Amino acid sequence: MLVRYVIIGSGIASLSAAEAIRQRDSTGRITIISEESHDFYSRPGLAYYLRRDIPEKQLFIRSAKEIRELALERIHSQAIHIEAKQHQVQLENGQIVPYDRLLLATGALASSPSFTGNHLRGILKLDGLDDTHQLISRARKAKRAIVVGGGITALELAEGLHARGVKVAYLLRGDRYWSDVLNEEESKIVMDRLKHEGIDLRIKTQVEEAIGSRGEIQSVRTNQNEILPTQLLAVAIGVKPRIDLAQRSGLATKRGILVTPYLQTSARDIFAAGDCAEILDPQTGKSQQDILWPIALAQGRIAGANMTGEELVYKKEIPFNVTMLAGLKVAIIGQIGGGSQNDDLVSVSRGESETWRLLPKTILVESLDQINRIRLAFGEKSLQGALVMGDQRWVRVLKKLILHQVDVSAIRGALTNNLHQILPRLEQKLNEWEHRNKT
Amino acid sequence: MSLFKNSRHLALAQAQVVPDSELCVQCGCCTYNCPMEIDVRSYARKGLPILESYCLTCSECVNRCPRGVLRFEKITNPTGS
Repeated sequence: MLVRYVIIGSGIASLSAAEAIRQRDSTGRITIISEESHDFYSRPGLAYYLRRDIPEKQLFIRSAKEIRELALERIHSQAIHIEAKQHQVQLENGQIVPYDRLLLATGALASSPSFTGNHLRGILKLDGLDDTHQLISRARKAKRAIVVGGGITALELAEGLHARGVKVAYLLRGDRYWSDVLNEEESKIVMDRLKHEGIDLRIKTQVEEAIGSRGEIQSVRTNQNEILPTQLLAVAIGVKPRIDLAQRSGLATKRGILVTPYLQTSARDIFAAGDCAEILDPQTGKSQQDILWPIALAQGRIAGANMTGEELVYKKEIPFNVTMLAGLKVAIIGQIGGGSQNDDLVSVSRGESETWRLLPKTILVESLDQINRIRLAFGEKSLQGALVMGDQRWVRVLKKLILHQVDVSAIRGALTNNLHQILPRLEQKLNEWEHRNKT
Repeated sequence: MSLFKNSRHLALAQAQVVPDSELCVQCGCCTYNCPMEIDVRSYARKGLPILESYCLTCSECVNRCPRGVLRFEKITNPTGS
C-alpha cells in the first residue's frame, strides 16, 4: 500500500524531509501544503537578493529536473486544523487531506511591533520572498526608510534598502548593535562601518508611534520626540516559532512544538522539524532556541527518514553561523555572549542561536588588527565559544575544537600570551586529538 | 621548468575549490559569479570539490561566498578517482 506523506510548510526543513523520504520510498505519495506558492528558495539568500548581489532566479535551490524527480504534489492553501486521531488535515480551502505520516515544518514568523500605528501600510518585515517583493517595490518609490530591531535581519534590511538607493535611518534602542552577542569593540566596528556606508545610525532611539495618512505610513515619532518622515518602516525585532496550528490541534507545545530526539511530536505519526520544533534538554527541562538554516536542514533530513520507519536520533550540535555584518564576515560558534542585554530584540532573530548569548567563566579577548579579530571563550578544560571577525582562516580549527570539546587545559597557563602564540598551540592540540581519534 | 611565472599562479593551478557543505545556505552567489557558469552551488550542497576541467581557480566564488563556505585546497588526487 502506498504511504501518504504530508508536509506542512515549504522551507528548507520541508524540502530536506521530502528528499529524505524520496530516497527511501520511491512510490509513496508526498504532498506539500503551504501558503507560499513559490518553488523552494534559499531564505538566507533573500538578503543578498535585496542587496542586489544576486538576481531573483538565483534564489531557487533546485532545478526543474530535481523537483520533477521528487514527484511532489503541492497544495497552495493554509492548514487550519489537524485531526490526529483520524489522521487528516483540514485546509482553509475546505479540502481534507488524509495522511499516514505528517510533518510540521511551519517555520518561524517575525514578531510584530507594539507601537501605535503598527497596522499602517509600508510597515514591512522580512520573512519570505513575498515580503522581499514588497520591500523592493516600496523601495523603488521611497526616498527614506527606517529600520528598527537587532540581530542579523535588521542589518540585512538596512544594508539592502541602502543598496537600493533609499536613505536609511537605523534606530537602536540600546547604545550598541547586537549587544548580547558582540562585545563593545565588535559592535563599534560594525556601527562605524554602517555609518561610513552612509546609514544614519541612531542609538537610544525607539519608535513611539507610526504616523500615517489614508492608511499609509508617512513618518514616525521617536522617544526623543522627533518626527522622522519615511515611506517605509522595516521591522526585525525577532521571530517566533509558528505553533498556532499545533496548539489548536492539541499537540504539546512550549515555545515551539515539543519533539523527542526522533523529532516526533506528542501525537502519533506527526513529526516536526526546523524553526517550529523544540527539543527540551532532559537534564534542565529547558531549551536554547536556534533559528539556523543548517539545523533546520539537518532536522528535516532526520524527520523525513523517520517518517519512512527509520529511527534516527537528532543530536543537537554546537550552533554555528557565518554572516556578513556591514561587509565583514563574522563567524559565531558556541557560547560567546557579548555581556549586555539587547533591547532591540523581543525574541531570537533569524540566523541566530540563543546559545551565543551565554557567557562561560573565562574569557580571552584579543585583537589581531583593527578589523580582523578573534575572541575566544574558555571553559574549565575546553574552548566553549569563539567569534571570528574578518579573516576566517582560523574558523575551521576553532569550530572543531569547540564541537569535539577537545581538552586544551594544558595551555590554560599560557592564556595571557597574545593570540598569535595561542592559536598555533590550539591547532597543535587539535592535530593531536585528531591523530588520537583516527581509527 | 615551471609553466607558471609566480608562486600564486602555481599554487592556484595545483588547487581546487572545496566546500564546507554544513555552512552553505544555497544562496547561489557562487554560481552567479562564476565566469565559466559552473553550478558551484550544487557542488557545495553535496559537499563535493569543484572538479570541473573548466574551473579557472579564479577565486571569484571563494571571495563572493558570504558565508565562508568555499576554500582552496591542494589537489591530492587530481583524477578525482
